[in-house]
Amino acid sequence: MNPAPLPPPLICLKGVTKVYGHGQAAMAALRGIDLEIGQGEFVAVMGPSGSGKSTCMNILGCLDTPTRGGYQFRGVAVEELSRNQRAMLRRHYLGFVFQGYNLLNRTSALENVELPLIYRGLPAAQRRAAARQALAAVGLSDREHHTPGELSGGQQQRVAIARAIVTEPAVLFADEPTGNLDTARSKEIMELLASLNREHGITIMIVTHEPDMAKYAKRTVCFVDGLVATDEPAGGES
Amino acid sequence: MLWNAFLLALREIRRNVLRSFLTILGIVIGVAAVITMVTIGGGATAQVTQQIASLGTNLLIVRPGQHLGMGQRGAASPFRQEDVTAIAREIPAVAAVAPSASQSVTTIFGNANWSTSANGVDNRYFTVRNWTIEEGRMFSDGELRAGQAVCVLGATVRKELFGGQSPLGSKIRLGKMSCQVIGLLAAKGQSTMGRDQDDLILVPLRTFQRRIAGKQDISLIQISIRDGIDTNKAQKDIELLLRERRHISVGENDDFQVRDMKEIAQMLTGTTRILTSLLGAVAAVSLLVGGIGIMNIMLVSVTERTREIGIRLAIGALEREVLLQFLVEAVVLSSFGGVVGILLAIVSSLGLSALLNVPFILNPGIIILAFFFSAAVGVIFGFFPARKAAQLDPIEALRHE
Repeated sequence: MNPAPLPPPLICLKGVTKVYGHGQAAMAALRGIDLEIGQGEFVAVMGPSGSGKSTCMNILGCLDTPTRGGYQFRGVAVEELSRNQRAMLRRHYLGFVFQGYNLLNRTSALENVELPLIYRGLPAAQRRAAARQALAAVGLSDREHHTPGELSGGQQQRVAIARAIVTEPAVLFADEPTGNLDTARSKEIMELLASLNREHGITIMIVTHEPDMAKYAKRTVCFVDGLVATDEPAGGES
Repeated sequence: MLWNAFLLALREIRRNVLRSFLTILGIVIGVAAVITMVTIGGGATAQVTQQIASLGTNLLIVRPGQHLGMGQRGAASPFRQEDVTAIAREIPAVAAVAPSASQSVTTIFGNANWSTSANGVDNRYFTVRNWTIEEGRMFSDGELRAGQAVCVLGATVRKELFGGQSPLGSKIRLGKMSCQVIGLLAAKGQSTMGRDQDDLILVPLRTFQRRIAGKQDISLIQISIRDGIDTNKAQKDIELLLRERRHISVGENDDFQVRDMKEIAQMLTGTTRILTSLLGAVAAVSLLVGGIGIMNIMLVSVTERTREIGIRLAIGALEREVLLQFLVEAVVLSSFGGVVGILLAIVSSLGLSALLNVPFILNPGIIILAFFFSAAVGVIFGFFPARKAAQLDPIEALRHE
C-alpha cells in the first residue's frame, strides 16, 4: 500500500496570494503563503474564521488556483495546468473529505465509495472489491447497502473517508471533517485518520478549529489574516 | 464511460419516475402524432390509388362542354352514336368505346321506392369501368339492339328495393317504364370522394334513349386504350377527330373535354400527399415543444443536483464526463419518449384506420426517422443544461445548498 518513495517535498507553496473581487471590492484571502508538506505528514491547519485556511486548502486540493505565487505538487507547477489537467491530478493523487460529508443521496455506501473508481475507468468487479475493502478499512462492512439517509453523521463521514482513500491517494484533504459531529464521533474520525496516516502512510492535511482535534496531527500550522502565523510540531500526541 | 453514463441515466430516471414520465410526455405526443398522421395519410393515398386502379387505368373520359375550371363546364351539344362509331373506327389505339347517358329516376318495386341514377350503357361499359356481374348476366346483343326493357342493378339499389330477396327475374318500375332485372353488379363501395358507387341501375343505351330520356344524346364516352400505347397520343387523336366532327375552327376552344384517368389519379394522390405532409408538419411542432420541455426539466435537474456535480468534479470528473452524463440522460429520456410514442402511434393508427376505413400501412422509414429525431431532440435540448452542469465551479457547487 505504500507508494514508492518520492523526492520531498510533496507539496510546496511559494508566496501564494489569493484575491477575491476586483478594485475597491478586492479582498485578499491569502497574502503570501510559503508552505512545504512532505510525504507521510499529518498536518492540521488551524486559525480563526476568515484567516484563509479553507482557501489555502482549496488551492492545495487543486480546486482553486492562486492569484499569484507558485504551487508545486510533486514538482509540477499546478498554476500552469488547465482545468482538465487539474481534474486529472485530483482523480489520481488527491482525496477529499468535507465537513458536510457530501455523499450522493439515495445512493448506497458502496456505490458512493465506488464513484471515484468509475472515473478511473476500473472494471465493475475490481471497483466493487476495492470499495468493499475501503469500507472495511473504516469499519463499515456491515453498512455497504445503506444510503446516507440511513446512516448516522459519523458513519456518513466514515463513508466519505472510504471514498477518499479508495483510490489510494497521495494526499488526503479534510476540511473540518469533525465540524458536524459530537466529541465521541469526532474522536473516532480523528483516530481513523491517524491510523490511516500511521499504517498506510497516507499524507493527511486537515483544517479544524478545535485544538482537541488538531492534537492528533503531527504538525500544526496556524493561519492568521491570510498569513502563516505559527508552524510547529504538535505537542503531546504523535 | 458511455455505458456508465447510460446506467447512471437509467438510475436517475428511475429515481424520479413521475417527473421523467411528465418530461417525456411532450415527446411521446409529438412522435405519436407525426407517425399517426403519416400512417393514416399513407393509407388514404394507397386507398385512392387502389380505387382509381379499380376504375381502369388506361381510361379516357370524354364529355361535352368546355372545361371552365373546378367542376364547371359550359353548355354544349352532346355526342351522338355516330361520334362513338367514328372514334372506334378511326383511332387504332382504342380498345373499347363505351358510350353512356344518365339521368336520375325513381324506381319502384312493391312498396319500396328508391331514387337513383339510370345509366344507358352497352356491354363494353362493364369492361372499361371494371364492373363484375355477381348474379345473373350482362345484356344480350338482341336486348341492346332492340332496346328491350331489362336492367342490371347496383348493390345499393338491390338492397333498397329487395332487401335480402333475389331480384333476378322480378319486374321493377323505372320512371314510366316497367323493366325486368337480369343481373346484379358486385359491390364496389364508396368512391374516394365519398360517393356510393353502387347506387345505380344499368339499362341498354337504346332503351335509355327511347324510353327514359326520350332523345338520342350521349353524355359520356369512356374509352379504354390498348395496353402499351401512349394515352397522351390517343387523347390528342381523339381531340382532333372530335374537333373535326364538331366543326370547331382553328383557334377556337374545344367544346368538349377528354380527360385521362391517370391525370385525375395523380391529382388526387397529390392532394392527399400535401394534406399528409401538412398534418405531419403541424404534429412536428409538438415535437419541438416536447424538446423544450426536456430542456426545462434538465435545467431544473442540474440546479437540483449542483452539489452532486460538485462532488463529481472534486473527485476528478472531467468537464466532458459531466457533460456526457447529462447529455446521455437527456437522450435516454427523449429516446424513451420516442419509443413510447411509436407504440402509442401504432395503437392509435390501428384504431383510426379501422374507424376511417382506410388500410393500415405502417411505414418503417417514418418510425426509424421518428426515433432518431426524438434522440436528436435530446441531444439538442440536453446540450445547454449539460454544458451548464459541466462548467460549474466545483467549490461553488459544493457550497450549494
